[in-house]
Amino acid sequence: MEKKITGAEALIKSLIAEGVDRVFGYPGGAIIPVYDKLYDYTDSLTHVLVRHEQGAIHAAQGYARVSGRTGVVIVTSGPAATNVMTGLSDAMMDSTPLVVITGQVYASLLGSDAFQETDVVGITQPITKWAIQVRKAEDIPSVVARAFHIANTGRPGPVVIDIAKNAQTDMVDDKPYHKCSYIRSYIPMPDIPEADLRRAADIINAAERPMLISGHGVMISGAENALLEMAEKADIPVATTLLGLSTIPSAHRLNKGLVGMHGNIGPNWNTNRADVIVAVGMRFDDRVTGDVRRYAPQARIVHIDIDASEFNKNIPAVATIHGDARHALEGLLPMIRPKRHDKWLASFDRCEHIEYEQVERLALGEGAPSDGPLCMGEVARKVSEAAGPDGVLVTDVGQNQLLSARYFNYCKPRSIITSGGLGTMGFGLPAAIGAKMAAPERPVCIFCGDGGFQMTMQELGTIMQYGTAVKIIILNNDYLGNVRQWQAMFYDNRFSQTPMVNPDFIAIARAYGIEAENVERRDELEPAIRRMMDCTGPYLLNVRVDERDMVFPMTPGGEAVDYILLDENTVYSDKDNQ
Amino acid sequence: MTMEEKTLFTVAVFAENHVGLMNQLSIILTRRCINMESISASRCSIPDVSKVTFTCYSDRPTMDKIVKQIERRIDVLRAFLYTDDDLVYQEVALYKVPTARLLDEEHLEEIIRCHGARILEITRDNTIIEKTGHSDETEALFEELKRYDIRQFVRSGRVAITKSPVEHVDRFLREQEDRRMRVNEI
Repeated sequence: MEKKITGAEALIKSLIAEGVDRVFGYPGGAIIPVYDKLYDYTDSLTHVLVRHEQGAIHAAQGYARVSGRTGVVIVTSGPAATNVMTGLSDAMMDSTPLVVITGQVYASLLGSDAFQETDVVGITQPITKWAIQVRKAEDIPSVVARAFHIANTGRPGPVVIDIAKNAQTDMVDDKPYHKCSYIRSYIPMPDIPEADLRRAADIINAAERPMLISGHGVMISGAENALLEMAEKADIPVATTLLGLSTIPSAHRLNKGLVGMHGNIGPNWNTNRADVIVAVGMRFDDRVTGDVRRYAPQARIVHIDIDASEFNKNIPAVATIHGDARHALEGLLPMIRPKRHDKWLASFDRCEHIEYEQVERLALGEGAPSDGPLCMGEVARKVSEAAGPDGVLVTDVGQNQLLSARYFNYCKPRSIITSGGLGTMGFGLPAAIGAKMAAPERPVCIFCGDGGFQMTMQELGTIMQYGTAVKIIILNNDYLGNVRQWQAMFYDNRFSQTPMVNPDFIAIARAYGIEAENVERRDELEPAIRRMMDCTGPYLLNVRVDERDMVFPMTPGGEAVDYILLDENTVYSDKDNQ
Repeated sequence: MTMEEKTLFTVAVFAENHVGLMNQLSIILTRRCINMESISASRCSIPDVSKVTFTCYSDRPTMDKIVKQIERRIDVLRAFLYTDDDLVYQEVALYKVPTARLLDEEHLEEIIRCHGARILEITRDNTIIEKTGHSDETEALFEELKRYDIRQFVRSGRVAITKSPVEHVDRFLREQEDRRMRVNEI
């Protein structure tokens, strides 16, 4: 006869069988049986105790995005479950594989408004790829197997398993674990018809002014090499979305930068001049397109995505390839003819030159006095240079995000972790913890503002407990800077509720045993960064930046993608570059 | 867009019969502020598969997106979008009218016969009439019976079967079965 174990132990054994060696979580009443069993498995399963459940899920997101592995979260019922909602929604928007296990009250109490009961499946269905409740211990292994299969295949996403307390304590046969590789109602990896590839290839081969837009899907599918091969073979400029950053090295001659509201001039301007746009693993988010009616009306759009619901959702495509980005690009490669596009590429150079002269020099503090206040962009660039080619950028949300994402240099894939779709302030610090734990050999630098840092700064406790060597850079202007920028540009300088009285961040960091220092002047920056990078443990830099610093270029919301502001008063135009 | 410019669409969803399926469908409509006009759910000819049929007024591009969002749900096998021309469909309506009023009416038999309705139950107090048909037909009988003081009226969701010779769900399941075999070989 098979040995009997509790449902809780079956859960832990299932996680281990799925290759999980680290979970992020916080114990509580309805999940105590799982935590009790965890105590017996500390050799094979490391639990990271966070300070707030939101921290657990963002840490799991950072972990998943830097490694490609599924992030696992364990929390209790009720308030713990509701505390992970922001992370679930964020992971859903940014296609992040997570398995989130929530405790639930006894099955017999369901629906009775029991203590710490909340309708987890009901409220998570809109923001998860799959959500399921387990009421019987014997269902645990098969549900876990399905959850991992769903979370990290197809377009990845978060899965919730809500486990009633009786299912954790009831006994179940200790059977061998079977991974799931097939679900009748689910096609994670669609077969790509040859005809679809041929049609797309013909359009690309006929293009005079083609542009590739590389999105998060390229990173998720590991299509970076195929993308680069195709770009080089047909001499196609590559732009990236925010989440597609680091799918092509920053220094590559065909990398033309970022698209979207705060993207580079070249790809945004040329979006409305390209004759063919090949969009790979991206979803034409409104922050990318601006006004959809004035988005690339002249271009034939080839859209490659694994999620068929993205086709023609925002922007109509003339050809679609439904499938994994790597498979699609590898299938296309032999059909693509070598070509040169010198004149077309030169049009990007013109934009780059103007952008450098009118935007970047300012943002990078070139020629600025050595004792003056710092710009956010130059801090990001200097930190990036010090972090080197392995550096991972984690950002919070706001100006700190847009400027650090822009001025960081990316050398290898999976080098940026940022909350793109949901734009979650407070995401950065916990995400950095997870990222560092997944990639301890890589320098992980987290940029946040004084606002976002305070949304989840309780996770300094987690950093202290595990000695997680993240490098924290607060771009501190005592303002909610991004809102301030909009107030300055569109709301007549009425700074409603954006100035912030801040605590002594150095004292806070030191209270957690984290080394920290202030940087007030330009000439203090580089030595401070050096000390931060030389330190083997966590480190916090509180960098004073100018509150008038704004993110440019900018395409204001609702404008056409090629209506580009270089500063508050200058709209980019180039008669010779049409 | 006004109601007049919208078309009545029928969506047929084939899904695993799991708890929370209805919620998964309704949240997709809620997000887009679309109301269901009618809904019905039942088992279908395929074992363990539920068929949900609902109707709503909208435009084709919106409905195409909604159907794709429905198909994106893990528990959904396939979802299909139809207009009335694609379907054979019916609804059932029940009417409760005071028996005394009906007995005073000399044309009662004619009304029942000409509407293809039938009487399900007669008690001293009330008569229950049933009519199967399209909404406009059940509506027409409603108008006719109004003068006898209808005490209750209820109409079911639409049930529909496609006119198409191809059974798309069967094909989907065959393809998935091939996929399952391939996966097992690996």
